[in-house]
Amino acid sequence: MSYTQLTRDEIARRIAQDIPEGAYVNLGIGMPTLVANHLPKDREIFLHSENGILGMGPAPAPGSEDPDLINAGKEPVTLLTGGAYFHHTDSFAMMRGRHLDIAVLGAFQVSVSGDLANWHTGGNAIPAVGGAMDLAVGAKSVWVMMEHLARSGESKIVERCTYPLTGIGVVKRIYTDLAVIDVTPRGLVASRLVPGLACDELQRLSGVPLSASAARAAA
Amino acid sequence: MIDKIIPSVEAALADVRDGSTILVGGFGGAGVPEELIDALIAQGARDLTIVNNNAGNGEVGVAALLKAGRVRKIVCSYPRTADSYVFDALYRARKIELDLVPQGTLSERMRAAGAGIGAFYTPTGYGTDLAKGKETRMIDGKGHVLESPIRGDVALVKAERGDRWGNLVYRKSARNFGPTMASAASCTIAQVYETVELGALDPECIVTPGIFVTRVVKVPRRAHRAPTGGVTRGISSQAAA
Repeated sequence: MSYTQLTRDEIARRIAQDIPEGAYVNLGIGMPTLVANHLPKDREIFLHSENGILGMGPAPAPGSEDPDLINAGKEPVTLLTGGAYFHHTDSFAMMRGRHLDIAVLGAFQVSVSGDLANWHTGGNAIPAVGGAMDLAVGAKSVWVMMEHLARSGESKIVERCTYPLTGIGVVKRIYTDLAVIDVTPRGLVASRLVPGLACDELQRLSGVPLSASAARAAA
Repeated sequence: MIDKIIPSVEAALADVRDGSTILVGGFGGAGVPEELIDALIAQGARDLTIVNNNAGNGEVGVAALLKAGRVRKIVCSYPRTADSYVFDALYRARKIELDLVPQGTLSERMRAAGAGIGAFYTPTGYGTDLAKGKETRMIDGKGHVLESPIRGDVALVKAERGDRWGNLVYRKSARNFGPTMASAASCTIAQVYETVELGALDPECIVTPGIFVTRVVKVPRRAHRAPTGGVTRGISSQAAA
């Protein structure tokens, strides 16, 4: 049976649908910023930006960009009515102090025990970490958004990360273009596989032990 | 009469010494004290350690300071950006030392310096390459890393408005590292777009109280930094409050 991978926007929509009303959420640089475009209009969700914004709004209309109002990716943004500005130390207290409900982060690799590698590819690359390690240990739930397979075809879900670690045992859930995978004490549990993809095929692609969620097995 | 307002950026930076550690505010392009950095380049101090979130963009600000060969070491969280080519070339030629610090740890280490904290344990970075060689401890079942304060000889920060006692308010996300850096240096120099009379800043809304500020210098608003109409309204309403 054949299947089609989700587009990045489709993954972003899945994640957005899973964010509850009232959640304080940080969207990491790169792919996770797409989630902001899909947040349900009928829910109030507080977006946090590491550079001192809560209640971050969408990109401004062309021509009304403000160089003093940018997100963590240094792109112009807006502030929602009721939003707030604060300094960096307070901003990271919100992360480390476990006030943020969800951080959605990109990843190079996630291990079966929830180790995250997303800041450095090693070798000759110039290292840059930003707020990744603070978010990884700080948010109550760390969700990863990534393609299931690297361009080389290798699984990005691995027994043990080979790239430098960002945090140990921090990832709760992985959203990929093939499925949603929860990191649990009993191992990885897959659900919402794309239509046409069987669990044993997902298991083969992933190269690590996966079980189907009970909900799916019953379906 | 106490008047921390200095007539020029040159005068504000006159006593910066070679070998100083300088905390420089800004995140990306927001909150960068560009006029103070330009004046620091003109002043000529060398062999500097710069603490900033990034390592400069294009050839302005911190990148210009790096290009002028004044920086021995940079302490930052995110040196690599699309246009950080000045840093990249120096780093690859081993002409600059990089101390990479997770962003929240960078900020908290400066907060610790400003708050008189000798060191602190943080979960950030535990078990990673950035904690190598550092003391660790399990607290409530979670690994923590011992981190030390980062104190500056000088802090250069950008605020929106200040008064002669050194009280400061910032603008939007340009606030970023400013308040923490202001508290963490022996000499804090703030550039502002407006200097106001004592009492003009609402005491309930002062972000950096003057005790953390040594000098205030007014700089002209740059054309390319001119706020949009909506922003100007925002400032006026704040001033009226």
